[in-house]
Amino acid sequence: MSIWQRFFNKKQYDAQKSVQWSEEQSFPSHHVFWQRFKKHKLAVVSLWTLLVIAMCAILAPILAPFDPNEITGNFSAAPSMQHWLGTDQVGRDILSRVLYAARVSLVVGIGAVAISAIIGTVLGLVSGYFGGLIDGIIMRITDVFMSFPYIMFILVVASIVGPGLTNIILILGILGWPGIARLVRGNVLAIKQSDYVKASVALGYSTPRILFKHILPNTIAPILIYATSGVAGAILDEAALSFLGLGVQPPDASWGNMLSSAQSVSILTTQPWFWIAPGVCILVTVLAINYIGDALRDALDPRNVK
Amino acid sequence: MTTKKPLLVVQNVKTYYPIKTGFMNLKTDYVKAVDGVSFDIFEGETVGLVGESGCGKSTLGRTIIGLEPITDGHIYFDGQQMDYRTDRVSLSKQIQIVFQDPYSSLNPRQTIGDVLAEPLRVHRIVAARDIPQEVERLLQLVGLPTTAKSRYPHEFSGGQRQRVGIARALALRPRLLICDEPVSALDVSIQAQIMNLFKQLQQELGLTYLFIAHGLGAVKYISDRIAVMYAGKIVEMGTTEDIFLRPQHAYTKTLLRAYPNPDPTKRSIIQRTQKGALE
Amino acid sequence: MIGYIVRRLLIAVPVLFGVTVINFLIMRMAPGNPVDMLVSPKLPDAAREAKMIELGLHEPIYIQYWNWLKNLVVHQDLGYSMITYEPVTTMIWDRMGPTVLLMGVALILGLCIAIPVGIYSATKQYSKLDYVFVTGSFLGISIPNFFLALLLVYVFSIQLNWLPSGGMKELGSSGSVTTLIIHMILPLIVLVASVAGRNIRYVRSSMLEILGQDYLRTARAKGVKEFFVVNKHGMRNALIPIVTIIGLEIPILFGGAVVVEQIFSWPGIGQLTLSSIMNRDYSTLMGLNLVAAFVVIAANIVTDIAYAFVDPRIRKSYVGGSKR
Repeated sequence: MSIWQRFFNKKQYDAQKSVQWSEEQSFPSHHVFWQRFKKHKLAVVSLWTLLVIAMCAILAPILAPFDPNEITGNFSAAPSMQHWLGTDQVGRDILSRVLYAARVSLVVGIGAVAISAIIGTVLGLVSGYFGGLIDGIIMRITDVFMSFPYIMFILVVASIVGPGLTNIILILGILGWPGIARLVRGNVLAIKQSDYVKASVALGYSTPRILFKHILPNTIAPILIYATSGVAGAILDEAALSFLGLGVQPPDASWGNMLSSAQSVSILTTQPWFWIAPGVCILVTVLAINYIGDALRDALDPRNVK
Repeated sequence: MTTKKPLLVVQNVKTYYPIKTGFMNLKTDYVKAVDGVSFDIFEGETVGLVGESGCGKSTLGRTIIGLEPITDGHIYFDGQQMDYRTDRVSLSKQIQIVFQDPYSSLNPRQTIGDVLAEPLRVHRIVAARDIPQEVERLLQLVGLPTTAKSRYPHEFSGGQRQRVGIARALALRPRLLICDEPVSALDVSIQAQIMNLFKQLQQELGLTYLFIAHGLGAVKYISDRIAVMYAGKIVEMGTTEDIFLRPQHAYTKTLLRAYPNPDPTKRSIIQRTQKGALE
Repeated sequence: MIGYIVRRLLIAVPVLFGVTVINFLIMRMAPGNPVDMLVSPKLPDAAREAKMIELGLHEPIYIQYWNWLKNLVVHQDLGYSMITYEPVTTMIWDRMGPTVLLMGVALILGLCIAIPVGIYSATKQYSKLDYVFVTGSFLGISIPNFFLALLLVYVFSIQLNWLPSGGMKELGSSGSVTTLIIHMILPLIVLVASVAGRNIRYVRSSMLEILGQDYLRTARAKGVKEFFVVNKHGMRNALIPIVTIIGLEIPILFGGAVVVEQIFSWPGIGQLTLSSIMNRDYSTLMGLNLVAAFVVIAANIVTDIAYAFVDPRIRKSYVGGSKR
């Protein structure tokens, strides 16, 4: 054993807090799950809220009174019967833009988390199951990625790769996996010790089968909880990037870039309708997702017997 | 019942675990879990393997089935040297294992039907269209209703789950079954049922057992021969009768004292005074 | 313990190495001539060509990396800004003070709120105040920091005209401690809201977990007063995860700094980052990214060592390991 190999076998990671999800009743039945979920009143409200937001995003072309990029009224007009939320500095309808921007937020949130969940899950599974040198290398890579302050790293990469919706999804997705990889790895380490995995080895199953059919299904619950808060985080990150001008580019509407106009003091002071609606939309969406995540945690936690 | 042909030959097997000590963990020591064990198992017989917790009996069982890497020595199955790195798939059809804990030995996200159908499908034991029938046959074999197929492990009791575990091990039609303390986690009333099931299966299928337990009581009923293990080594091996009536090693005698004799007049003095002190 | 510290430091070596590799690769992805990042762009063309050969820019990329790394390690040299022609290290060093001040105060204040509130919430679970605190913490993590910042500026600077909307001091004045504090209030509220929001729930749940444990039940059964049960027996163990919080907060605060410093024109690292992005000053940007990563790694090392001091289990396992 060389000294280098020892670095790659850091005990500390094993001490990392990981819940034994594979225990008895690892995944509550649908009935029990909903029973527990419904106890969280705010989460139920949040679920409905999120459904409404999602419907708005999907049906934006039908619901929006105007084309979001068309100049349909006076510049910077205050809210009126025709333009419920007013118009922006070039006369576009703010309500229509807010509706279309919901698409951006949800697509970024779900897309980015889907990418990082896939990368993180595969790497976490491989790392936890094989251990040894492979584990050491993957964990050192997650260390490296986690050493860069997240937002700053994203900003730097975005400034080099260039802004735009696709790039934002890719950047957030590709840089967001280390957290999930560590989470999955911790769970795999626990599940690997269980007899049903040992039985699968003794039964001569292939490694991919053991990983994806026997270990992965039993680590879905924590991934789901983590991913939920990840969606909320990605929406906030996209908004921040767009706010700073490095995310979704005008004329495409995003809640973040709609707020960026408020960086000018005159707009901030005299035209609050420019920035209050998109800001509230981000807040409500993120809040709803966080509440749902919290309820999921309560409902899926095997230690929760109440 | 025993024939002359050994099914499994274990030759000087060692299983060591490295532990790192010393400054910066630069020194490597070894835990000698199994330290030079040799024995044979003949086709159709049952060998009981007993010893206290931590003596290496479970590690030996897991080394034979390839769950622990072998540090040194050889294991031959049916005259062939075994190597799990190359022959895992074919060996899995020869040797199977039943675990101690019926709760963690079944994947909680699989139905009982899936648990039993999976090995059949993976190893093509029967044609795809015959799998449902084969699953039902396996369930009947271990005394479970065929309706169990569509249900999940958590809907069953420990004894029932252990039956599923046995059925899963039998799905590949192995010749040797390693039973790693299969009844010690169960209620006493259930233990007898499961022991009877093992005995019945042996008669029906001609199985060979390596039956691991920590007390002599558990293996007396089923074993033809018994091996006593202590601190990684087999200290004594002989027929059940020899072990019970003519124990040679001091440790075997200690174990015997812990074995409760149903006839109180035959209990030794020590046992009457320190009942239950040795488990 | 010393064995543990040495080990922890050695583990950081491959991570540091990886950080420099990633940083170098990103730098090479940036548009423009890499020689601009390494030398002052004021140099004449002939000298530049000579510099290119001297720097080995025609060499394979791993040799270039090696030279860059040597320069960094031996001379602590991060190259020159492509815009101001100043050495990047000087620029970063000048901006470090305000950021550390703002982030440090925000972290301390945030924890000073989160820890007592979290413990209170855990001991009075499901009380009215608990609901208020938990809801507050959800709001804290869900509100975009720039939106909160804009709201605060709108209300306190523009409508009420109580507080300045940005900067560190009044224009032209030398800046006393009082004006500094006044200028810090709004950015601090934004940062503290997110620090406290993230950690109230964390403290609450780790306290809840500990309060449910057997040894506290035993303490209660022995007749230990509830106040001591919570503050002596419970707190000490709840403090252990709190050490980790600090390690986790530092990278998040660094990221949050970009937005907050931009809105409040706080002359720190974050503002420098954004202006470098806007000016396409990649050499400064890379230096910033690298320094930020170094700070995070250093913070993690300190946290881990502190952790070992606080948690006897870790201390024991490593001390035991080194003595055996």
